[in-house]
Amino acid sequence: MEQFFFYMFAIAAVVSAVLVISVRNPVHSAFYLIVCFLQVAAIYILLRSPFLAAVQLFIYVGAIMVLFLFAVLVLDIGREQFRERFHGQTVPALAAIAGLFVVMGILVVSGKITAPLGPFDEPALMKNTEVIGKSLYTSYIFPFEIVSILLLIALIGAVVLVMSGQGKENKG
Amino acid sequence: MLFSYLPILVMIGIATVMAIGALFMSFVFRPSNPYREKLSPWECGMEPVGDANTGHFRVHFFIIAILFIVFDVETLFLFPWAVILSEKALSAFIFVEMVVFIAILAVGLIYAWVKGALEWV
Amino acid sequence: MPAGLNINFYAVMPEILVTALALIVLVLDLFIRKNKAALGWVSVIGLICILPFAAYTNEPYPVFGGTIIADSFSAFFNVIFIIAAIFTILISMDYLRKIGVDRGEYYHIILFATVGMMVMGAANDLINVYVGLELMALSFYILVAYRVKSSRSVEGALKYFVLGALSSGILLYGMSFAYGAAGSTNFMEIAGELGKGDNTYLTLGIILMAVGFGFKIAAVPFHMWSPDVYEGAPTPVTALLSVGSKAAAFAAFLRVFTAAFPAFQADWSSMLWIISAATMIFGAVVAISQRNIVRMLAYSSIAHAGIIMIGLIVFNDTGLAGVAYYLLVYAFMNMGAFTIVALFRNKGRFENIDEYKGLSTTRPLLAFLMALFLLSLAGIPPTGGFAAKFFILSAAIDAKYYWLASIGVVSTAISLFFYAKVIFYMYMKEPDPGAEIAPASGVIYNIVLFCTAVGTVFLGVYPAPFIDMAVKAVRPLLM
Repeated sequence: MEQFFFYMFAIAAVVSAVLVISVRNPVHSAFYLIVCFLQVAAIYILLRSPFLAAVQLFIYVGAIMVLFLFAVLVLDIGREQFRERFHGQTVPALAAIAGLFVVMGILVVSGKITAPLGPFDEPALMKNTEVIGKSLYTSYIFPFEIVSILLLIALIGAVVLVMSGQGKENKG
Repeated sequence: MLFSYLPILVMIGIATVMAIGALFMSFVFRPSNPYREKLSPWECGMEPVGDANTGHFRVHFFIIAILFIVFDVETLFLFPWAVILSEKALSAFIFVEMVVFIAILAVGLIYAWVKGALEWV
Repeated sequence: MPAGLNINFYAVMPEILVTALALIVLVLDLFIRKNKAALGWVSVIGLICILPFAAYTNEPYPVFGGTIIADSFSAFFNVIFIIAAIFTILISMDYLRKIGVDRGEYYHIILFATVGMMVMGAANDLINVYVGLELMALSFYILVAYRVKSSRSVEGALKYFVLGALSSGILLYGMSFAYGAAGSTNFMEIAGELGKGDNTYLTLGIILMAVGFGFKIAAVPFHMWSPDVYEGAPTPVTALLSVGSKAAAFAAFLRVFTAAFPAFQADWSSMLWIISAATMIFGAVVAISQRNIVRMLAYSSIAHAGIIMIGLIVFNDTGLAGVAYYLLVYAFMNMGAFTIVALFRNKGRFENIDEYKGLSTTRPLLAFLMALFLLSLAGIPPTGGFAAKFFILSAAIDAKYYWLASIGVVSTAISLFFYAKVIFYMYMKEPDPGAEIAPASGVIYNIVLFCTAVGTVFLGVYPAPFIDMAVKAVRPLLM
């Protein structure tokens, strides 16, 4: 039963991801991206990680998509300009992707890629968010505080680059 | 555990069916008359005036979007924090931790404010 | 406070102090409207006060839940980062006025980048490596794009951003493989969990992480970004990028590969062998054909990265100490060379090597110093560059890496050619009649040049105490 749902979400995610890069209207591809992100969020729930699903909805479906749509608005990426960008790199790119897939496939099929299961069983996973919270706010307190500086510098960067683009400066 | 998500899935299913149904019904009944302006991104039924990248839209939108992302991420960190805040042994410690986190971000907000990034001129 | 976490504020005092300094400068920036160079002075004085703290902090056990460790290794690298930041800020004050972007954000972004580097150097956990790396990289994206009105600056920043984000993604992918294989992100726990064994999952992780670090240190074939970024960025930022960012990436590279994956040394050293050899030869050969001085220094810095990698491949105490010592010397000599480039470079002038023609007659002292830095970069005795190269190559020979050592020697010989070309232009050619005379150096430039020149020479003629320090610094890695 669970596998059925997994395949349903996974196929929907792949189909919508393909649509993202194949539809012509950039706003439409942004909406397909939302669909894709939602499927991934559903897969996180199947993996017993509701917090990650919430992250996916909050950050990607919420914030990142807003940024995407603003980018489409400001840059006005027409489909003509889109096509020019691809030069002759499609074939090497496809070859590289195919090579990676083959290598990964061989490794998976031959059973070389195995990893030990974590110490969490089904009842422990019920408290998923508590588990994350506890390790995030105790063992990982230091990187957590660094993340606040990281967010601060992202904010400063946006202000610096946007605001200074409006002043008068020498070319150099 | 997963069964508790069943109502959400059912809800999403109903919403999807409703949306597709509505689109399908309007596809059946509406007159079909596509033209270039209507198909352009951010269409509002009019001929676009000039290119968007020549300054008709303010790049200021980006600051707002970045601010949104930054504080969105901050809010997200509050979820697991709130869940374990009820543990007596940890609560004081993690409360201070989160205050430091928010204080550093507050400096950023003040910075953006004083630099005039929040003003819409 | 929860038990077992080992909360020790003293151990992370350098990081806390630099962060506090950055926040102070940030707030001051909001109040000081006119004289932004004052912020630079505050940052420099603050960093000089923090330097002793950073140098003497030594709490050699993991703190903060095992994520960070303030041992002699991180102290050694913290000193490199802080010195590089001080020099960069000093030369920036005049440079920013010259290019007309005298804004205050610059200084605290450099300080935040320094915090990121320090976190990378002291990290004992993959998460910390990643967060520190992102903090550093994000600051550099902003700094490279600082001349927003210059298309070259923006082009460089965009290339750096796209490729940097890609490489961070690859690094993170590798880290997640390592976490999947070991069930922990802590270096010691990873090393303990894995021991000796054939683990495809982890091998994938190691390959991907080597690629991620390879991007940051600009190793071939992940070097494509560096010449364009170095050229487009404001020159002091280029200096910090080539010294600080490289040293931080090497610090994390060393720490991850020696502390977490020592059992896989045979695997990763053969992979890094190829990368190192390619980097040394490619960097040196391509640098010959460069006309632009910054691009030439960019390729020379690629070649240096290849030589520094030898120390990691050798994987014994002299090799790793060689890496630390080399990066210290590199901080002085490369910073010195970039200081002179930053002084001259102005509005499209002094971009190309042939514009340095006849510098010995117009600015004899500056020409002499430039020659000194270039000879040190080339590895001519009695400069620091020679001592560092000698140290690292002899470590390779001791460990029977004869081929790698000879490639290093060949690369050094090739590189002599393009460094000597600049010196040839400065000393053997007459200046073009009517050409603009190179600007004189101000007091601040003189201070920086004096410090870097003294450091370059002193590390060459009397290296013993510093080599001892480097050996002591890498001792925690081999335990």
